[in-house]
Order: sequence, then structure tokens, then C-alpha cells
Amino acid sequence: MRPFDYRLAEDTGSAGVPTDGTILAGGTNLVDLMKLGVLQPATLVDITSLPLDFVQEEPGGGLRIGATVRNSELAAHPAVRERFPVLSQALLAGASGQLRNLATTGGNLLQRTRCPYFQDVTKPCNKRRPGTGCPARDGDHRNLAVLGASPQCIATHPSDMAVALRALDARVQARTPNGQVDLGLDELLMLPGDHPEAETTLPAGSLITSVTVPALPPGCRSVYRKVRDRASYAFALVSVAAVVALDADGCIGQVRLAFGGVAPRPWRASAAERRLIGAPASAEAFRAAVRTELAAAEPLPRNAFKVSMLNELVVTVLAELTGTGAGGA
Amino acid sequence: MTTSGRGRAANGSDEPGDLTPITAPVTLHVNAGEHRLTVDTRSTLLDVLRERLDLTGSKKGCDHGQCGACTVLLDGRRVNSCLVLAVAVRGRAVTTIEGLGGPDSLHPMQRAFLEEDGFQCGYCTPGQICSAVGMLDEAARGWPSAVTDQHGSSSGGDEGAGGDEGAGGDEDPGIPLDRAEIAERMSGNLCRCGAYVNIVTAIERVARGAGSPSGGPVP
Repeated sequence: MRPFDYRLAEDTGSAGVPTDGTILAGGTNLVDLMKLGVLQPATLVDITSLPLDFVQEEPGGGLRIGATVRNSELAAHPAVRERFPVLSQALLAGASGQLRNLATTGGNLLQRTRCPYFQDVTKPCNKRRPGTGCPARDGDHRNLAVLGASPQCIATHPSDMAVALRALDARVQARTPNGQVDLGLDELLMLPGDHPEAETTLPAGSLITSVTVPALPPGCRSVYRKVRDRASYAFALVSVAAVVALDADGCIGQVRLAFGGVAPRPWRASAAERRLIGAPASAEAFRAAVRTELAAAEPLPRNAFKVSMLNELVVTVLAELTGTGAGGA
Repeated sequence: MTTSGRGRAANGSDEPGDLTPITAPVTLHVNAGEHRLTVDTRSTLLDVLRERLDLTGSKKGCDHGQCGACTVLLDGRRVNSCLVLAVAVRGRAVTTIEGLGGPDSLHPMQRAFLEEDGFQCGYCTPGQICSAVGMLDEAARGWPSAVTDQHGSSSGGDEGAGGDEGAGGDEDPGIPLDRAEIAERMSGNLCRCGAYVNIVTAIERVARGAGSPSGGPVP
């Protein structure tokens, strides 16, 4: 590991952090990547002393979550469990008890891909060293992206929490050198395109301060479901965060779907949602909608299984949430 | 907090550059003792415990937060000490396996691991025990796990919190720990000897004892 300076962040009001500093919060991903030599920051700025460890209830039933709230605290928060089960479930589906006690809301959003080539400094990687190439396409891509990737990069975003936040229409507040910003997750996290090294729209010196989650419409049920190689403590092969409400006729009145483990950022299934609104709550309708969304998938030989796995998962979850599945909720 | 060392261009360049260590003063509160140290900013809490304070109970397994052998309690919360920088610990209380109990004063969890044969080679055991102690506290405070709501009737429903079956106590917010709960909550601790069956039994034994007003086992 390269030597680095360490300092505590001071509460600078509306300002961000010094542009030469790399932010340290829980450190569960950053310290690991520093050990691996993937990241070599000159200065760490520890923000855990800033007053960002709060969960505030907003008028109307929403929540404002501070950037340094630990994942374990957030998952257990009574308002999260009661109003946003999908968020609590997603947090608890991620990592381990020890890691959740360290990891923070802001850090979880900004964690880096676990693509094996990104994490191995002896290998080429367009995200780590632009222009060096991507061995994943012809190599170990079993757990990499089938949606939203580019010829330069097929990395996946590893977070479970962010998938739930995407389905909940959460917004991210940050201080930047240019002032305060308020961003949806698709405005914060970028698709790789020709520049996979650029992962967020935040300029250097920015600091995520909070995440807001608006109240769900009445009658909505939500759930997070994750498929992985072992029963616990593994990244998603595929996952889904779903929010659904039926209308008075028993048709789909509200629906939001976000997919994890399959794309460079949490994948909001907008095409499927459009097909589902007003549709009957039937397996046929669910299948047709998911098929529409996954028509855009571009799987590779070793991750093609994700498309059918995600298809089955989403149909099953929708059936359970709407009470139309065999053995449903 | 200031660090000292030689100056260095703060551009994070990939130049091999100056590898002179940068150090910082830190006061660590470990197992009721206070230690004023000057540490390399790169030092993890795990390395300082083992190499500077001679507390070698905490083990280095993977050194990447994947195995749990380095688990200690930070202000009572279990964490992977291999991912915590020593300079960032600041005033928090660190409890290691040595602080939980020793040969003459075994912690109930240590005793349970002995009596239930909850280990083979023993390398993961200190981390397992520290993790189990932290985990019982989490459950006692009502923190759910990924399998908690699967036991109830409202899987994925809007009920979320509450609805506990009130395992005995009137106001006890604690979540009852069956083997599925223990296994899920302990999934951050790997055991390559495969002693999991008895590890779960040992933890179950302590969980039942702690959950009973008389201190004895409850059915």
C-alpha cells in the first residue's frame, strides 16, 4: 500500500471536501482496494466525524438518510422496516453483519465493481487504466453485466441497497465545488460507454451528504429478492427490487422494478413498468413485460443464464406481491 | 489529527515515488487499557493489535474482509479489524477475544464453544466468538436479519416491524434465535474445518441462556 496522509474532515458547512482528498467513511471497499493497489490515494479525509449520521422523518412519510448512517442501523430502523421493507431487505441481503456495521449509505452507493479484472492490477482494465482493454469479454464474465454495458466495459454495480433505492425513486444530495446538487440515481451513476473510468457525475471534491426516499403511494407492497451462489454473504447473480399496488379492479395500478447484478448501475426496468401499468395481475402479463425489458439484454456465453434467471425471478416476485402466484404471499 | 512524514505531491500519480511511511499519533482503548502509539497511517487495527500490542488472538485470515477471523468489537459492534485503519479508530473502545475472557475467567461464549466442541483447528474461533457476542447484542436490540421476516406470516409485506410473537418477555424487543437465524447472522465468519454445526449449537446455548430470566435454558 502506498503511504498516505490521513485527516479528519471538518464541518465546512456547504463546502465539499478538498479536491486532493479521497473520502474515507466505512472503508470496507476503499481500504480493500488500497491493499490491492487498485486505489492509491495521497490523502484520506475521514468524514465519520461529520454530523451525517441521522435518519430524519420527512413530512408526508418520506425519509432523509444521512451519508454516514451505517447499513446495519439503516436496515434496523423502524421507519425503514415499516414503510420501505424493500430497502431493509436489500441492506440485509448484502455483505455480512460485520461489514454492515462499518459500511455507510454514501459509501455503499459509491462502492466499486467487484469485476475480477478491475481488482487485479496485473490485468488490463479500461475502468482502472483507460485504453488497456477489457479481458472480461473473452474471460471470466460469469457475474458481469447483460444490460447497459459497452464494448469497453461490462462491469456490474455490486450494491443491493442501491437497487432498492432505485426502485424507491430515491434522490442523492451532495455538496460539490460548484454548489449543492440533488440527483436521481441514474443522474449520479453513469453507464460506461466509451469512458468506463468515469463512474459518477460528481466532480472531484464532492461529498454525498444524504439520500432522500419519498413516501410510497398508498397500498404499495415492496420486496427485495436476490439469487446468489450461496445462501448468504455473496454478491447477487441477479436481484430485483419491486414495488407494486393493485388498483380497484385488481389490475396493476403502481409498479416499479429495479434489477441488480446485471448492469453497471441499478437497472430501472422502465419498459416493463410501462407494459404492466393497467395490465391484469397475471403470469402472462408479467412474462410479457419482463420479456420486453430483457429484449435489450446482450449476454455473453458465460452469463447468458442471468437472462432466464432474472426472468423467472421477476415473474415470481410479481406473482407473490400481487397475491396471484401459486403459494404466494 | 495531523500526519507527519515527508511532503509529497498530492496528485495521486502512479509514480513509484517516495515510499517513506507517513505516521500519526493515535490513542487506542483496548480491553480497558489505553495505548498511546505512533502508527503508520497504513496500519490496520488488526496489525496494530497483533504486532504492536501483542494481542494475537485476533487472526489474519484473508485480510480482505471476507473470512471474519479478525472480528473484534468496536464500541460493542462487531467489525472486521482488517478493514479498519488504526488512525481512524480514534476514541472508540476496542474489545478483542483477550478482553472477553481468559483461561481463569471464561466468557459464556468461550465456555460454550469448549463445551459444544465448536472448533477444530481453532484459527477462526476468536473471530467466531467475538462475532457471536456482537450478534447476540444485535438480536437483543431487535435488529432483523435476512431470514427474520421469513419466519413470520408477512413475508415481504407491509407489516415489517412489530408483530413479534413476544418470546416470553413483555417488552422484550429481542428476536428469537433459531438455528437458521444464527447461521444467517454468522455468515460473515468462515470455518474451513467445517465446524459450523457445533458453532451454531454453542451460540444457541448462550442465546437461550441469555434469553431466560433465570439464566437457564428455555425450551
